Amino acid sequence: MNVTIVDYNSGNISSVINSFSEVAKDKVNLEVTSDLSKIKSSNKVVLPGQGSFKSCVDALNNINGLVDTLNEFAIINKRPLLGICVGLQMFADVGYEETKTKGLGWISGKVSKIDNQNGKYKLPHIGWNQLNIIKDSKIFKGIENNSHMYFVHSYEFVPEDKNVISATTDYSSNIVCSVEKENIFGTQFHPEKSDKIGLKIIDNFINL
Amino acid sequence: MLKNRIIPCLDVKNGRVVKGINFVDLKDAGDPVEQAKIYSDGGADEICFLDITASNENRDTIYDVVERTSKNCFVPLTVGGGVRSVEDINKLLNCGADKVSINTAAVQNSKVVEESSKKFGSQCIVVAIDAKKNANKWEIFTHGGRNNTGIDAIEFSKKMEDSGAGELLVTSMDRDGTQVGYDIDLMSNISSKVNIPVIASGGVGTLDHLVDGIKLGNASAVLAASIFHYGKHSVKEAKEYLDSKGIPVRI
Repeated sequence: MNVTIVDYNSGNISSVINSFSEVAKDKVNLEVTSDLSKIKSSNKVVLPGQGSFKSCVDALNNINGLVDTLNEFAIINKRPLLGICVGLQMFADVGYEETKTKGLGWISGKVSKIDNQNGKYKLPHIGWNQLNIIKDSKIFKGIENNSHMYFVHSYEFVPEDKNVISATTDYSSNIVCSVEKENIFGTQFHPEKSDKIGLKIIDNFINL
Repeated sequence: MLKNRIIPCLDVKNGRVVKGINFVDLKDAGDPVEQAKIYSDGGADEICFLDITASNENRDTIYDVVERTSKNCFVPLTVGGGVRSVEDINKLLNCGADKVSINTAAVQNSKVVEESSKKFGSQCIVVAIDAKKNANKWEIFTHGGRNNTGIDAIEFSKKMEDSGAGELLVTSMDRDGTQVGYDIDLMSNISSKVNIPVIASGGVGTLDHLVDGIKLGNASAVLAASIFHYGKHSVKEAKEYLDSKGIPVRI
C-alpha cells in the first residue's frame, strides 16, 4: 500500500513524517512528496498543515495542478484522505485567518477565530484536551471517549452540516475536533504529537 | 477540558545531558534521547531541551539530538538555547522540533519573532523571558542570565505577544536553581497581561511549587528540571499530586 504525505511547504511536517514512519514500518510504502503522479497512484493521502489558513492555501495553490489532483483523489475517486490541523481546516469553503481566503470547499463551512470570551480563554488553544466522540468514526476504532489529544490552534472549523462532526472538544465552546465525511477525515488535534493514542489513530487511518 | 501541562526540561551540552535522570537503569545516562523517552513514557506532556553548548563548533550536536529524539518521542518537543535566526529555527524544525524557544535574539531583534511566526506559524514560536526583580519591576536578562538589559519584563511580554509569539516561557532568574519555588508575582503579572499561554519556570523544589505555579501564578504549564532528575519525583507522581489538588492534568 502507498500512503503519501503531501509536502507542499506548509511548515513543519517532520513530526507527521516521523509518526507515520513509526506506524508504517515495513508494511506500508510511505512517500513524502508533492509529485502529482505519486499522489494520483497513492491509496491514501495525508494533508498536513501548520501556520495560517491563508499561508497553507497559498502554498497548495503554488504547486501547479496540486489542488486539482487532490480534488480528483478525494472528491471524484473518493479515496481516503486525512487532513491534520490546518489540513482539516482547508476542507472549508472559506477561512478568515489574516484575510478572507477561499478553501478547498470539500465540506461546507467556515474557519473562524475561537471566541476567547474577552480574554477568559488563552489563545492559541495549546495542550492536551479531551475527545468528546459524538459519532462513530473509523479512525477512532479502539479509542476511548475522553481520550486526551494534543491541540495547538487559534481558529476552528465550523461546518454547516453538523453530521460531519465526529468529535468535539471543550474549550470556550464545543470546538470541532474531528470530522468524517465519506472518505474524507480530518483532525483538528495533532495525532502525530498525541503519544501512543495518536499513533493508534494514524494506524486506524492506514488500515482503513 | 484543557489540561495543565507538566514539562520536564533537560540541559544538553555538546549533545549530552548535563543533569538528568540518574535513578533508572539507563544504558547511557548521558543520552538525551533515552532520557526524553523515559519522560514521555512517564506521561510528560511535552519535552524541553535547553542547549547550553558553549562553543560554536559543537553547536551542530543539538540537531542530531533533536532528530533522534523526534523519531522516538511522540509528544511535543521544544528546543531552545543559542537560537539566533530564522534559519536556526528552520533547521531545528526540520530536524523534528515542534517548537523553538528564542531568548536573546528576541530581545535584540523582535523581527526574528515576527518573521519566524509568520513563516512557521505562532504555534511553534516560544519566547523565553529571563527576568530578575529590581525594586518594583522585573528586568529582562539575556545571554543565559549574564546581561541585564533593563527592559521591563511585563512590557516586553506584551510586545512579544504582538510580535506573534505563541507562548511565553517565563523564568525567574532570582529563583532559578534555588528550589524555593516559582516567582509567583512575576508569573501572575505576566499571565494577566497577555492572552497567550505562560509556561512557568525557575525555582521548583517541591510538588507544591508546581501547584502554586498553576493556581497562584496562573501558568498554563509548568516547567521543571531538577525535581525530575536524580529520582526525587517522577512525572507521574507530579501529575497525581496535581490531580489530588484539583488541578486538571492528563493522567
